[in-house]
Amino acid sequence: MSELLVLIDHSEGKPRKLSLQLVSAAKQIAGETGETVAAVWLGPGASDNAEVLGKHGAEKLYAWDSQDALDYVTLPKVAALQQIIDENDVSTLLFPSTNHIKDVAARLAIRVDGGVVTDCSDLQIEDGQVVGVKEVFGGDLITKARVADGKFPMWGVSSNAFTAEEGDGGAAEVVDLDVQLDDAAKGAKVTDVEKQASAERPDIAEAAIVVSGGRGLGEEEGFRLMEELADVLGGGVGASRAATDAGWYPHRYQIGQTGRTISPMLYIANGISGAIQHRAGMQTSQNIVAVNKDPEAPIFQITDFGVVGDLYDVVPRLIEEIKKRKE
Amino acid sequence: MKVIVPVKRVPDTAGEKKIDSETLNTDRESVEAVLNPVDEFAIEEAVRLKESGDAEVIALLVGPESAQPIVRKALSYGLDSAIQVTDDAIEGSDALGVARVIAAALEDLEFDVVMFGNQSTDARTCLVPAAVAELLGLPSLTYARHFEVDGDTVVVHREHEEGWDVVESTLPAVVSVVEAINEPRYPSFKGIMAAKSKPLDTKSLADVGADAGQVGRDNAAAVMFEFEPRPPKEAGTIVEDDGSGEAAVQLADWMQEKKFI
Repeated sequence: MSELLVLIDHSEGKPRKLSLQLVSAAKQIAGETGETVAAVWLGPGASDNAEVLGKHGAEKLYAWDSQDALDYVTLPKVAALQQIIDENDVSTLLFPSTNHIKDVAARLAIRVDGGVVTDCSDLQIEDGQVVGVKEVFGGDLITKARVADGKFPMWGVSSNAFTAEEGDGGAAEVVDLDVQLDDAAKGAKVTDVEKQASAERPDIAEAAIVVSGGRGLGEEEGFRLMEELADVLGGGVGASRAATDAGWYPHRYQIGQTGRTISPMLYIANGISGAIQHRAGMQTSQNIVAVNKDPEAPIFQITDFGVVGDLYDVVPRLIEEIKKRKE
Repeated sequence: MKVIVPVKRVPDTAGEKKIDSETLNTDRESVEAVLNPVDEFAIEEAVRLKESGDAEVIALLVGPESAQPIVRKALSYGLDSAIQVTDDAIEGSDALGVARVIAAALEDLEFDVVMFGNQSTDARTCLVPAAVAELLGLPSLTYARHFEVDGDTVVVHREHEEGWDVVESTLPAVVSVVEAINEPRYPSFKGIMAAKSKPLDTKSLADVGADAGQVGRDNAAAVMFEFEPRPPKEAGTIVEDDGSGEAAVQLADWMQEKKFI
């Protein structure tokens, strides 16, 4: 029986949320295609996660328990995946469609003659084949994509496209890998990791709720208010390009055509006019709220709930109100 | 040192995008085309290398003849010369197909750094830089928010969700940059005038030695086959705040009803 392979992205020894969503997605697909789901964990910590991955639907867990997977850029992961694909009956790869992993997919595709579709918001089965749904041109167009016959299919899936669901499956069977790396694979070394993000606050790609701030905040200090609102909601904090360009918030949180694209359950735009360049990064959000002084701001064309007003009046009151209702 | 900056023509995000129903390609003529905005950061980084040493900086564009104004635009920022690979057979290529053309063109050049923008604003797959690196057997130092060269050693800060990785490698290498890396200049009038007469070398697929059997629509590994415009969003609720912040109560009601609280 062929295998649907799922690449697990992990941090601090735990799978990221998107990776668990992917295992659940693979289980759904495997149910229709009659395949089995095999997860891949590259780097230390796999066996501690055999249970949680098994619960989400993985029957097998390929594990490469080596720090090399993390200490060198991209290529060790490519080598390990290539080995798994070459030596086993693997039909398809699902991977988290995040920046660093897209590099792994791109390089792997050249080696295994693959076809890659990134940033899928859904995977469907049509005539027994997987078809990817993705939004292009900043969400203006919704397209369906397939992988050409004869190519190894590789699907990159965005956060929140699928729900992570725990079933009653037992722990995944761990299959240890021994991967030999050539010198080229160790050509780019990670010498240091600079972690800046708050450990408590979720990243904007994974968060169900994202609170973001723009030019209307007026100053860097406004982001403390954004963080406070995000924290009472358990959400992440994003920013418009105007705000990151002004140096009020780090670039990695920039939402828009030259930054990141996210699709949370709820997006709360504060002091963001909603120019098309910004909408390109967030208009696929399931619910959109905006607080803006300008009733003509284009963001109000796409909001489910809009407040015309000063965010410095509205947001503190909202925080207070949420706290009260949570008690 | 020689730096190659691959650049792309993209439809202006602010324009209305159409897909040609017959070719399933972007109808490039229907909207204003611009230089991919993220490429400006790669160009800026390359021009700074030129200014701080003796780097030769060259633009590389894969695209039809009508994309030439975009090449001139790239040159106007201070790049020395350009190569444009133009061939009808390239039309409809997927990201990997385009990567094959770029890699083939690069193979003929002796370079130290290939400096990409990390993504194009139209397709946004981010696949091309790493695929090019793979085809050339080079390290892919992507999403750089910081880049420095010391002799044969290169250090980049690769941005990710939680911060960045400090990465050390050797040249030659393929790099892609994110916006955080610099603040691009505007082209000067002198730069715009000079760009008109800078050397532009136009090449065909055969000239660069790319395999026509691996590019173009018929050879695309990933095929988009159905398109529909995003359905218009139904108008939502709009409330006005009177300066007391009380509108937040209505917003909280809505959030509670939607189970966000």
